[in-house]
Amino acid sequence: MEMAAPTSLSRLAIFRKTGAFQKLLAFASLILLIVVFSASSPNFFKFDNIVGILLATAVTGVLALGSTFVIITGGIDLAVGTVMTFSSVIAGVIITFGSGSIVLGIAGAVAAGALCGAASGFAVSRMNIPPFIATLAVMMMTKGLSLVISGTKPIYFVDTPDFAKIALGTSIEAIIPGFAIPNAVFIFFGMAIIASLLLSKTIVGRYNFALGSNEEAARLSGINVRRWKIVIYTITGAFSGVAGILMASRLNSAQPALGQGYELEAIAAVVIGGTSLSGGRGSILGTVIGALIMSVLTNGLRILSVPQEWQTVIIGGVVLLAVYADMIRRRNA
Amino acid sequence: MGEPLVRMTGIEKRFPGVLALSDCRFELNAGEVHALVGENGAGKSTLMKILTGVYRKDAGSIVYKGRETDIPHTKAAQQLGIGIIHQELNLIPDLTVAQNLFIGREPRKWFGLLLDDKELERRTLHWLEQLNVNVDPKTKVADLTVAKQQMIEIVKALSYHSEVLIMDEPTAALTDAEIRELFRVIGRLKSSGVGIVYISHRMEELKVIADRITVMRDGRYVDTMPAADASIERIIAMMVGRELEERTKIGSGPGAGETVLEVKGLSRGSAVKDVSFRLRKGEILGIAGLMGAGRTEVARAIFGADRPDAGEIVVRGRKARIRHPHDAVRLGIGYLSEDRKRYGLLIDMDVCDNIAMASLPRFRRRTGWMRDKAMERAAEEQAGALRIKTPGIRQKVKFLSGGNQQKVVIGKWLVRDCDILIFDEPTRGIDVGAKAEIYALLEELAARGKSIVMISSELPEILRLSHRILVMCEGRMTGELSGAEATQENIMKLATQRGA
Repeated sequence: MEMAAPTSLSRLAIFRKTGAFQKLLAFASLILLIVVFSASSPNFFKFDNIVGILLATAVTGVLALGSTFVIITGGIDLAVGTVMTFSSVIAGVIITFGSGSIVLGIAGAVAAGALCGAASGFAVSRMNIPPFIATLAVMMMTKGLSLVISGTKPIYFVDTPDFAKIALGTSIEAIIPGFAIPNAVFIFFGMAIIASLLLSKTIVGRYNFALGSNEEAARLSGINVRRWKIVIYTITGAFSGVAGILMASRLNSAQPALGQGYELEAIAAVVIGGTSLSGGRGSILGTVIGALIMSVLTNGLRILSVPQEWQTVIIGGVVLLAVYADMIRRRNA
Repeated sequence: MGEPLVRMTGIEKRFPGVLALSDCRFELNAGEVHALVGENGAGKSTLMKILTGVYRKDAGSIVYKGRETDIPHTKAAQQLGIGIIHQELNLIPDLTVAQNLFIGREPRKWFGLLLDDKELERRTLHWLEQLNVNVDPKTKVADLTVAKQQMIEIVKALSYHSEVLIMDEPTAALTDAEIRELFRVIGRLKSSGVGIVYISHRMEELKVIADRITVMRDGRYVDTMPAADASIERIIAMMVGRELEERTKIGSGPGAGETVLEVKGLSRGSAVKDVSFRLRKGEILGIAGLMGAGRTEVARAIFGADRPDAGEIVVRGRKARIRHPHDAVRLGIGYLSEDRKRYGLLIDMDVCDNIAMASLPRFRRRTGWMRDKAMERAAEEQAGALRIKTPGIRQKVKFLSGGNQQKVVIGKWLVRDCDILIFDEPTRGIDVGAKAEIYALLEELAARGKSIVMISSELPEILRLSHRILVMCEGRMTGELSGAEATQENIMKLATQRGA
């Protein structure tokens, strides 16, 4: 018995460690939603509608992927929505008023996002400002800067028709004819893979969990906590930059007044996916599922003709349930 | 003597897959201090949790004041007059002493609409006087010393008319003077007929304070004896089921090895004043002193956890600039905090992650990917070498015992190849058997050429392990002892040698 117990225990520990159970619950909820909506309406489980759902997930999904990093440190980034807008405005300025190079525009947008993230990280780690306040400030600053730079008017990508194809083109059709899935969907899943590798296979990911688990113990283990925190906020910012490109490409314009409110949807997706707001626990797969749950819900409720006002109420309830379920799980763990 | 106050017999408690208690008994008389001792995991707390209604027993009987009693929840225990003082105090720091004492049952006036502060103060003073505790009821609890806070907890328990008081490691954070004060209060409680269950790891105390001693081991009752008849060796032998060797090796260490760490004129606020010393290779340097003498502050300043105001640190002959812990770690200095859960461990992460945490860059490929296999191998090897008892290196550290957690922290620094190790109370909260293992480990590390600074409040421990002993008092270094001078008496003399 002495011999048997440890092996089963260690298996249990591995099970817990990978968070398999946690993802299973979120995943099961997603499947359940899909089954319920498919049964309620013949219009739900159709190729075009599913593609629509995936496309709708892309922008908030990429924001949520980025937010996952900061949330695992036990922090929060309220600026991701407006940083996204700021990045798309930068892309617009470079492409429409500057060089006209799409590649340069993309690079500029991601760099702008990363820079904003670094600024948040600096305020949080060097100036010791609580993440909520620091990123609130960055949110307001980027919101204002977007309006200043653009002169409060949308920037249209009129001279570069290829820009719209970044999100809405269907490059996959070149390989599988008739399989018209927009690039944005693949970009989202691609970013998810990158995020997942960063979090589970690199040193940033390890330190990310360590910081969220016990920052003081991490510091006393000789980890340069301040530096890594800036790195983590920078990653979150860079993801916002990618989201900015997707957003601008979908709208074929940079809309400087948009963006606020997206950060809350991103946080909701992360939390539904089982990442703990108190830090130390979370996963990218969870966030992907969380983002999908949000857009499946929105889409399904719309198909069932639930008024938009009520959709918001229901999604709020889902966030509450998800966090509650997470707390019960933790109490039992 | 008639019927005892409490008689627990045949107590059994099962948790899923574990028999935590089997056929346990315990008796407590009115006006008695009955010490309950045993290693961590021996079942002391479980037994006391049954008595205070936290857990329900699966079998056995509790006879309280001559009557068979069921204690289904903590409220019932409180109503019966069974109180407990936990190791972690349960007071609200921002409220006053009086507000804390009567929280949830505040005296009111005007048909219960307003709080009656005068009455509150009167009642508080009444209870404080009962135990002769000298505290202003209007002081905020946060402004009191830990010892005073503990007194307030005792007064609070008493104000619920407790007849049984359980104290869990009450002296763990107290200075000698404060312990004497606590013992005086315990004496007063005894004479008023309160029965006291006293849980402690400090053997020396038991002889002073306890009337009887009950030993538990592995969830079973071992024996009960009058404290006067019990020798420390005998109690420990009963607790661990084997004899522990006791010896002193002061002065037997490396005489004139090279100096690996030199501290010159270190100062920080009022906690550390002009501290200087040298640490030689392969040496265990003990730092003794009372609580609050500034020993932890010295360690933290050397390690870069706090910034010193003045002073110089020389590592292996070279002046070091240590501004952050990562600077110290790069120089091969490791620090084991007295509070490993807060400062040493990532409690929700597993053994492997914790052991590797200080050395992650070593397990990184040039491409940036982590070499998980290599990391696991290193952790596995270290866990084996340190004899860490765990079902696997992927077990979360929160499920390990205190001794094994401590070994995980040691492992962290060994994987990092640190050769200057600062141990701050390395055996705090660790049971007797595991203590012996940690001692052996420290000696082995020193023999392998690691240099160790060991801060400890337990004199037998510091006398047993150290080659040299430094004594601190109120932030100053008051002396260095080695050889025959190193005795408990001399240490205490230096430790109480206030301001020159």
